[in-house]
Amino acid sequence: IPSVSSIVPESCLLIVVGLLVGGLIKGVGEKPPILKSDIFFLFLLPPIILDAGYFLPLRPFTENLGTILIFAVVGTLWNAFFLGGLMYAVCQLGGPGLNHIGLLANLLFGSIISAVDPVAVLAVFEEIHINELLHILVFGESLLNDAVTVVLYHLFEEFASFEQVTILDIILGFLSFFVVSLGGVLVGVIYGVIAAFTSRFTSHIRVIEPLFVFLYSYMAYLSAELFHLSGIMALIAAGVVMRPYVEANISHKSHTTIKYFLKMWSSVSETLIFIFLGVSTVAGHHYWNWTFVISTLFFCLIARVLGVLVLTWFINKFRIVKLTPKDQFIIAYGGLRGAIAFSLGYLLDYQHFGMRDMFLTAIITVIFFTVFVQGMTIRPLVDLLAVKKKQETKRSINEEIHTQFLDHLLTGIEDICGHYGHHHWKDKLNRFNKKYVKKCLIAGERSKEPQLIAFYHKMEMKQAIELVESGGIGKIPSAVSTVSIQNINPQTLPLERVLPALSKDKEEEIRKILRTNLQKTRQRLRSYNRHTLVADPYEEAWNQMLLRRQKARQLEQKMNNYLTVPAHKVDSPTMSRARIGSDPLAYEPKEDSENLPIITIDPASPQSPESVDLMSEEPKGCSGLPPSPEEDEEGLVMRVKEPSSPGTDDVFTPGNSDSPSNQRMLRCLSDPGPRPEPEEGEPFIPKGQ
Amino acid sequence: MGVPRVPAPVTSLLALAVTSEQIEHLHRRFKQLSQDQLTIRKENFDSIPDLEFNPIRGKIVHAFFDKRNLRQESDGLADEINFEDFLTIMSYFRPIEMNMDEEQLDRFRKEKLKFLFHMYDSDHDGKITLQEYRNVVEELLSGNPHLEKESARSIADGAMMEAASICVGQMGPDQVYEGITFEDFLKMWQGIDIETKMHVRFLNVDTIAHCY
Repeated sequence: IPSVSSIVPESCLLIVVGLLVGGLIKGVGEKPPILKSDIFFLFLLPPIILDAGYFLPLRPFTENLGTILIFAVVGTLWNAFFLGGLMYAVCQLGGPGLNHIGLLANLLFGSIISAVDPVAVLAVFEEIHINELLHILVFGESLLNDAVTVVLYHLFEEFASFEQVTILDIILGFLSFFVVSLGGVLVGVIYGVIAAFTSRFTSHIRVIEPLFVFLYSYMAYLSAELFHLSGIMALIAAGVVMRPYVEANISHKSHTTIKYFLKMWSSVSETLIFIFLGVSTVAGHHYWNWTFVISTLFFCLIARVLGVLVLTWFINKFRIVKLTPKDQFIIAYGGLRGAIAFSLGYLLDYQHFGMRDMFLTAIITVIFFTVFVQGMTIRPLVDLLAVKKKQETKRSINEEIHTQFLDHLLTGIEDICGHYGHHHWKDKLNRFNKKYVKKCLIAGERSKEPQLIAFYHKMEMKQAIELVESGGIGKIPSAVSTVSIQNINPQTLPLERVLPALSKDKEEEIRKILRTNLQKTRQRLRSYNRHTLVADPYEEAWNQMLLRRQKARQLEQKMNNYLTVPAHKVDSPTMSRARIGSDPLAYEPKEDSENLPIITIDPASPQSPESVDLMSEEPKGCSGLPPSPEEDEEGLVMRVKEPSSPGTDDVFTPGNSDSPSNQRMLRCLSDPGPRPEPEEGEPFIPKGQ
Repeated sequence: MGVPRVPAPVTSLLALAVTSEQIEHLHRRFKQLSQDQLTIRKENFDSIPDLEFNPIRGKIVHAFFDKRNLRQESDGLADEINFEDFLTIMSYFRPIEMNMDEEQLDRFRKEKLKFLFHMYDSDHDGKITLQEYRNVVEELLSGNPHLEKESARSIADGAMMEAASICVGQMGPDQVYEGITFEDFLKMWQGIDIETKMHVRFLNVDTIAHCY
C-alpha cells in the first residue's frame, strides 16, 4: 500500500492542513488570519529565495541561461497578455456581472496569474528527482520571471489610475523592465561583493560570520524592493556572487551553520506559506463566478502549453542539446502557480479594483488546481513517460579533473577555430576573477589556491568524515576502499609494519571484517532535495585530530633531533613519553610531577584496555598542566606554530593542551600491529581506538 | 575576401557531417593560421595569442598532429597537417544531432572519448599510467607557479586510486593496477554526458580572431 506521502506532495498536504485549521478557527467563531502581503513579501519569501540562490547549481544555470531567460521573459509576457486579452473578451461576453471589468484590470489580472511560482515549483520538483536540465529550466524560469511580474504589476496598477494611456507610457514601461531587472541584479551584486569583502576580515570573529551572509542578502532584498526593483533577482544575484568568496573565507563550522539555517528557514517559510494559503482560503471573502473562474483556469493552461511549444521551437534553433517533446511537456506541466500570485492579488486596492474578491477567488482556484492536480500527477507522469531522472553520481576527483581538462580543451579549440564562443568568455572571466577579484575578496593564501586543490581538500575532508563515522580511524588512506597506493604504484615502500604470519583464512576473515566496517561510504547525492544534508557530527574532532597529527609528526621529527637533551632539564610529559617509546624500562616518575597525569603503558600488551584512551584527555590536575608545556616548549626550543587554517576556530580551541595530547595521539596511531592470537569473534579494531 | 578555394577532397569530408558553411569558415581560418601555405606545422599554433594562457596547450597542439586522431593506421606524430586533417580533428567536436539512434550515439560517444583518451595517453601505449596521469594534473595546475609538486602528485594518486576502485573493484595487496585502459576510461565517463558537453559552435562566422 503506497503511503500518503508518496502520492500526495507535501505542499498539498500542507494546504489541506491549512484548510482544516482555518475551518476550525472559523467554527470556533474567531476570525482566521489571512496571509498579509507584507508578511509574505518581507518575511516568508526571502529565506526560500536565498536558499535557492545560495545553493543554485551555477554550471547548469549559466549553460542554459539563454533558454531560461527566454522562457522567463518572453514566456511570462506572452502568458500575461494572452490571458489578459482573452479574459477581457470573456468579460465582455460574460453578461452583466462581468461587463464592467476593463481591459487594464484584466491585463493586471493576467500579469498576476501568469508567473510561475518558485515556491510551488521547488516544493513539487524536489520530490520527483527529475534530471538536472529540466529542473534548472523550470526553476530558473520561476526565479527570473519575477522582474517581468514586478514590472507588469506596477505598470498596470498605475495605468489603471490614469485617465488615458499614451504611447509614451508604454515605451517607458518597456524601458522600466530593463531598469527593474538589471537594477535588481546590480543591487544584488553590490551587496554580494560587500559581503564577500567583509568575510575576508572575519578570521577572528568566526561566530558572526553566518550573520553577515544573512544580513547582507536581506539588505539586498530590501534595498531592491524599496526602489521597486526586482527583490528576488537581487537576492539571487547576491547569493550567487558572494558564495565562492565567502566559502573560501569562512570556517567550516560557519559554512555548516549557514547551510543549516538557510534550509531550516526556508523549510519553515514554505510550510507556513502553504498552511496560510489554506487558512486564507477559508477566511477570505469570496466571490465565485463560474464563467470567470473556469475560463481563467482553462486559458491559463492553454497559454502555458502554447507558450512553451512556440518558444521551444524557437529556442531549439540555437540550442545544441535540443529539447525533446517530452521535455517540453514537463516544462509546460511544471508551470505551477503559488503564493506570490495570491499575495499580489491581495495587495490590490479595493478602490480601483472592486472585483478584487473575484480575482482572488480565481487566483486561489488556479493555485489549488496547479498544486493539487498537477503536483500530484506529475510524478506518475514522469515515470510513465520515462523522463530521464537525476543521475546519482558521486562527485569524484576524477570527474573534476576531467571536467577541468575538457573546459580547457574546448577553450583551446575555440581559440584555434578563431571563434569567440561560450568557453572563451568563460575562460576570460575566470582569469579575470583569479587575477583581480580573488585577491581582494579572499583572505590570505587561499586567494591563490586553484580550484582543483580546493576541491580535492573538500573531498578528502568529506571522505575523512565518512570514514570516522563508519568506525575506522587512521588505518586506511584517503580512498575508502581496499585499493591502496600499493596497488597503483608498487615502487613506493609500504609503511613499516611487521605483520606476523597469519593463516590464509584468518587473513580472509580480517579482510572481510575490514571491508564490512569500512565500506559504508554514503553516496553523496547531487540532490536538490532541500531536506537531505551531509551529516558531519565528528567534524571538529576530526579537524583537531588532523591538525594534531600534523603537529605530532612535526614534533616527532624534531624530537628525533633533540633526543640528546641534557638530563637536568625538567622531565616534562613530552620527554617522558619520548623516553618511554625508546626505552620502556628507563621511565622513572619524578616527585614534582604528581600533578601531571600518570599514564602507565604496559609495553607487553599494547592492546590492553587500560592503554591510552583518546577520550580521557582532560587531565585531573588541570591546574598543574598549563605551565609545563610552556616550560616544555621553552626548554626544548621548539616552536610549534598553529596554522591559522579556516578549519579551526581559535575561539573554541584550548590552545595549550596540545603537546601532551600530541604524544598521546602518537601512541594511538603508531600501532605496532595486531596481536598474534586474535580471539575468535573479537572485532579486529582494538578497543580504545 | 574573394572566392574561398576549397580543395577537392573536401567533398568526401561532408560525410563528417560538417556543413559546407562551416567548412568554408574553417578553411579561412586554416589559411590564416598557415599563412597561406598548404600545411600547418606546430609552430603555426604559436601565433594564436589566446592559446598562451591555456595550461594544456601543449597537449592540444600535440593532439592535432597525433596520427591516431588523424585516422591513419600508423602511429606517432605527423610533422605537418593539411586542411583535410584539420577538418578531421575538428569533426570530433561536432554537436549531437537529434535523429541519431542508439548505435550511432554510442559510436559518437566512443569517438569523442577516444580523442580524449589519446590526449591523456602521451606515450601511445594504450593505457594511462600513473606517471601520465600525474603529468596531466601537473599541467592542469601549471597556471599557478608557486604550487608544490606534492599537491599535484597526491591529487593524481588519489584520482588513480579512485579510478582503480571503480574499474577493478576490490584489489588484494599484491595486485598492481597497470593503468587505465580505454574500457576503464569509458566506465569512468559513464556518468557524464560527453556527447552534450564536448562540442564547439561554429555559428558566428564574423567573429574571427586575429593572429599575429
